[in-house]
Amino acid sequence: MAAELKKKAVGMSSEKKISFTSMFHFDVKTYTMILALVSIWVIFSMTTNGDFLTSRNLSNLFRQMSITGILSIGMVFIIIAGHIDLSVGSLMGLLGGITAVLNVWLKMDGILAIGITLILGLLIGIFNGWLIAYKKIPAFIVTLGGMLVFRGILVGMTKGTTVASLDPSIRFAGNAYLANEIGFLLGIIAVAVLIYNALSVRKLHAQYGLAIPPMSAEIVKIVFSAVIIGILVTILNSYQGFPVPVLILAIMAVAFSYVLTKTVFGRRVYAIGGNAEAAKLSGVNVTKMTLSIFAINGLLVSIAGILLCSRLNAASVAAGQNAEMDAIAACVIGGASLMGGVGSVGGAIVGALVMASLDNGMSMLNIETFWQFIVKGSILILAVWVDIATKNKR
Amino acid sequence: MDDLILEMKGIIKEFSGVRALNEVSFAVKKGEIHALCGENGAGKSTLMKILSGVYPHGSYQGDIIFDQEKMIIRNIADAERAGIAIIHQELALFKELPVYENIFIGNEISSYGRIHIPAMLSKTQELLSEMRLDVNPYTLIKQLGTGQQQLIEIVKALAKNATLLILDEPTASLSEGEVEILMDILGRLKVKGVTCIYISHKLDEVLQLADTVTVIRDGRSIGSKAASTLTKEKIVEMMVGREITDLYPKEVHSTEQEIFAVRNYTVYDVSDPSRKLVDNANFSLKRGEILGFAGLVGAGRTELVSSIYGFYDGKCDGEVYLEGNRLSIHHPNDSLQQGIAMLPEDRKRHGIIEIMSVRENMTLATIEKYRLAMDRIDDGQELSDVNDYMAKLKIKTSGLDTCIKNLSGGNQQKVVLAKYLLRKLKVLILDEPTRGIDVGAKYEIYNLMNRLAADGIGIIMISSDLPEVLGISDRILVMNEGRIKGEFLNHENLDQEQIMHCAVGGVTAWQRS
Repeated sequence: MAAELKKKAVGMSSEKKISFTSMFHFDVKTYTMILALVSIWVIFSMTTNGDFLTSRNLSNLFRQMSITGILSIGMVFIIIAGHIDLSVGSLMGLLGGITAVLNVWLKMDGILAIGITLILGLLIGIFNGWLIAYKKIPAFIVTLGGMLVFRGILVGMTKGTTVASLDPSIRFAGNAYLANEIGFLLGIIAVAVLIYNALSVRKLHAQYGLAIPPMSAEIVKIVFSAVIIGILVTILNSYQGFPVPVLILAIMAVAFSYVLTKTVFGRRVYAIGGNAEAAKLSGVNVTKMTLSIFAINGLLVSIAGILLCSRLNAASVAAGQNAEMDAIAACVIGGASLMGGVGSVGGAIVGALVMASLDNGMSMLNIETFWQFIVKGSILILAVWVDIATKNKR
Repeated sequence: MDDLILEMKGIIKEFSGVRALNEVSFAVKKGEIHALCGENGAGKSTLMKILSGVYPHGSYQGDIIFDQEKMIIRNIADAERAGIAIIHQELALFKELPVYENIFIGNEISSYGRIHIPAMLSKTQELLSEMRLDVNPYTLIKQLGTGQQQLIEIVKALAKNATLLILDEPTASLSEGEVEILMDILGRLKVKGVTCIYISHKLDEVLQLADTVTVIRDGRSIGSKAASTLTKEKIVEMMVGREITDLYPKEVHSTEQEIFAVRNYTVYDVSDPSRKLVDNANFSLKRGEILGFAGLVGAGRTELVSSIYGFYDGKCDGEVYLEGNRLSIHHPNDSLQQGIAMLPEDRKRHGIIEIMSVRENMTLATIEKYRLAMDRIDDGQELSDVNDYMAKLKIKTSGLDTCIKNLSGGNQQKVVLAKYLLRKLKVLILDEPTRGIDVGAKYEIYNLMNRLAADGIGIIMISSDLPEVLGISDRILVMNEGRIKGEFLNHENLDQEQIMHCAVGGVTAWQRS
């Protein structure tokens, strides 16, 4: 069977080999992204005399990015599908507020409050999606309106006060750390999955005469990734352990990356963003897909909302302000195109890390808030400019 | 030879190593209408793009001599300044702006930055009346028909004092009446001393209009001759370089078994629901039959089939039967589930997803077939099917994961076809399946159609290319203004004139079997 397939493959097109070096020629986007992240880290570690790279701060940094990270996963689905969601910041604040109000004021059990918040997030996502997909109102308008409506509900519901002191069960999600052993175990699982993935892709590509990089390059790549994972786990463990919100982000990232790259659903997300009309003619139900994508986003926003109020141990009227901008910026820095059809979960996560690093580093340097806005805004524009400039050259 | 207005000598243009033009020479006399003919991809458009400055000086070899002077055309503005204007097939008008603003766009009459509207209006009026066009300068472009829009483009070129006008397939989307107006205007321009280069596939028009005909084939000039010495057959022979009889591999395979039927089908306009685009259409399709739909652009053929397929947004009523069962179709997916597929007319807009790979495009309509547990795509099965069809349809590409926009039109069309052939089909609707693709790919698509028909699939083919309809169909339906006006069994005595006569609304003709 395998031999037969192999023969077929050879008959189709001669097997292509990729040279050792060319395997590391990622697209320019990946390079610029990683380069940007590394240079930001280098600048901050120099200006803070190395404080930026302490395990305590890095652990904090990853906890901070987990919220933007989860938002940007939902956002990248929406952006790939060719839409936009401006309401996620307000909605995250509102959903966090609901958890807090249920738990603090109504004395509801923490787990139940979380459950209700998740369901509400899903329902609001479905409602947004219904307005956009079935009622044909542009996403920009629906979510711009939603941004104001959700913020208004939050202010009205909390009467402008801060709702504080949540149950330990809720605080766990945003603040707890896992035992060191669990951290190591997670690292090992991650490396094992990487190896398995690489090998199965090689096997498949060999069968169908697609390009395969040499084994040595593959090994270098895996070892490199394993080292990064190892360093990450060690740093986190040497502070207090693997933070729960980072674990939640990691699970979401893996799950939704799988959805986007390996599933029928994911293929269709790219298709409707690439050309909705052609997708419809090929039998894709574009309206149902759009609704589902906004539903997923609503669910992810509710998770982010719970993590936010859990970390702050409170819900306030200003919670989640401008978070939509961070999420959109993260997706774009991570290579997503606002024209639709292009983007990835991995990119969005790295983008979120860039945004969180900027926040974290500038706070450490006591840079005034107005400068933080100016710098973050400029970095976003710069990232897109670099992308466009390199695209034109090719 | 000093009556030449334009001479292009030894033009060589390469695109990433492929020679699109190979030492083409082209000479145009002052004041004549010079037709440029050639197949799609022969190099006509490339040559004209060089002339009009789209491809700047330096990106090609060879000389352009215009009005006795050697020209260096760096951009479109250079060409326009010299008096060369091109009117593309896709019109470049602003739909929401009035006629006069369109005519002077980028060329406004102004003083100290202030636009001088009265001057623009009076100049527009002057040009319009000179062309005997009855159009109000204040009319918005979107309120004009395609034909009138085309004429406004010509006026726009004249406003820039063009002395050499290039018309790229100006009559492709015009009605008979509008073509006459256009011809009339070209005649008047000739008197005015404006030279025209006229690109067209409609050889009757070419012969009627042109003084000289130049034919380009495969990037080489084949020859220039006075139109009076040429016939249609002669031009076709020059274009194709071989006898045209082998262009259409005709096979007869129609059976008597009806597979698909449409009864009392009416389609209404999306924006104006009182307007019928298709009026009470009735037809049936037999298993293994190729049914050609002829008619002029705008006759309602595309609206009819896309509405049947579930892709048209406007209201429709009527009945559709597949193998005797009445269907209820609201979405293309309903059709696909029943084994009906439609290849859309506009490949770029509706057929392909430009930023996706060949493989992703090809399996888009069948992706559910590869669904494993947890919605995962079965990569192995997918790749193997894609590989199969790449070989079956001889799709030329550097790999399965190549972006589809890097393929030639013909190969893209084959991918779109493969997308539907991967499903089990009973009825295949092809809307202009060979538009914009080269002869070789056309021939392969005809052969494929024959194979599919032999397998018992019923094929409906819409085509505005009459020789193609005649060459490949078993039976031909002709539509005119939303109605099916005629039915012809394709036998040897049937000719283009009979069908054209019916398509322009002349007579209704029924040749029932």
